[in-house]
Amino acid sequence: MKRAMLLLPLGVFLLMAVFLYRGLYLDPKELRSVLIDKPLPSFSQGSLEEPGRIINSDELKGQPALLNVWATWCPTCKAEHEMLNRLAAQGVAIYGINYKDDSAAAREWLQRLGNPYRFNIEDPQGSLGIDLGVYGAPETFLLDKQGIIRAKHVGAIDENVWRSKLAPLYQQLLDEATP
Amino acid sequence: MILRALGLSLLLCATAAQAAIDTYEFRNDHERERFRELTSELRCPKCQNQNIADSDAPIAMDLRREIFRMFGEGKRNDEIISYLVDRYGDFVLYRPPLNSSTALLWFGPGVLLVGGLLVLLLIVRRRRPQAQAASQAQLDAAEQARLQALLAANAASSADQERKDP
Repeated sequence: MKRAMLLLPLGVFLLMAVFLYRGLYLDPKELRSVLIDKPLPSFSQGSLEEPGRIINSDELKGQPALLNVWATWCPTCKAEHEMLNRLAAQGVAIYGINYKDDSAAAREWLQRLGNPYRFNIEDPQGSLGIDLGVYGAPETFLLDKQGIIRAKHVGAIDENVWRSKLAPLYQQLLDEATP
Repeated sequence: MILRALGLSLLLCATAAQAAIDTYEFRNDHERERFRELTSELRCPKCQNQNIADSDAPIAMDLRREIFRMFGEGKRNDEIISYLVDRYGDFVLYRPPLNSSTALLWFGPGVLLVGGLLVLLLIVRRRRPQAQAASQAQLDAAEQARLQALLAANAASSADQERKDP
């Protein structure tokens, strides 16, 4: 009993140490999305590339895909654009949400930097962004072929993020899609 | 002169800061107060140590606009809060709800307090018998005799001392 009491402070210390050590590696800026494992909120928004066409949320179903929230005012989006071009060239389906942006500037940007997107959804007011829990750009959602959100990445996708976080999940979704 | 320039620049800063606050037309003062209370109780997802009312982040402005829109639709506060929680999670609440991941937050301080009191009680309890044993110690006959002898010797020597130096 007495010996157990002596060990108590050590136990409390170890517990605190584990907690604080974990805290060192948590990024408080990255919020876990509450939408994970939920279907993409349904929407009907304008198309960036074909003004006048209305895009329906069902059009994103059919295969595992990335849904990338971007804008021309966002420097990090420019940084990740080349990576998205590479992924599109590898055959990854990528859809875009042009978030609170100027459509003409956005079209010009795609012309100049290349267009990795199958199509882009216009979200001039950011209302679709709010439905998706977006709080900055870039953010990227990983959708399965039923259009269910399976993962979310906040910030730029680079080689490292893709390889360590998104590619394994994407591969898993591809395997699920082709039994 | 410098002071005046400083004062003027401060004044300009103040007006610039005020200009960033967007204006909404409320139907009455009660609604304005409700808006102010609600937005100051919700946390901005981007600038994490500010509430939606104070933040200048674009997302905070959007959320204020969205909340104002829902006011127009006659939504209740709890409906607006659950709308935001459905999108941004419990994170947006400055008053976290009680669930498995916040249980530590809610009960941790109480558990620590009770634990501390228990430890204190244990220590006090353990010390009391020792202290009582020390105070109630009885001298046996030999010790009693020795004590009396010492006291007597002490009294005699101090009497001697008084006689030597008056």
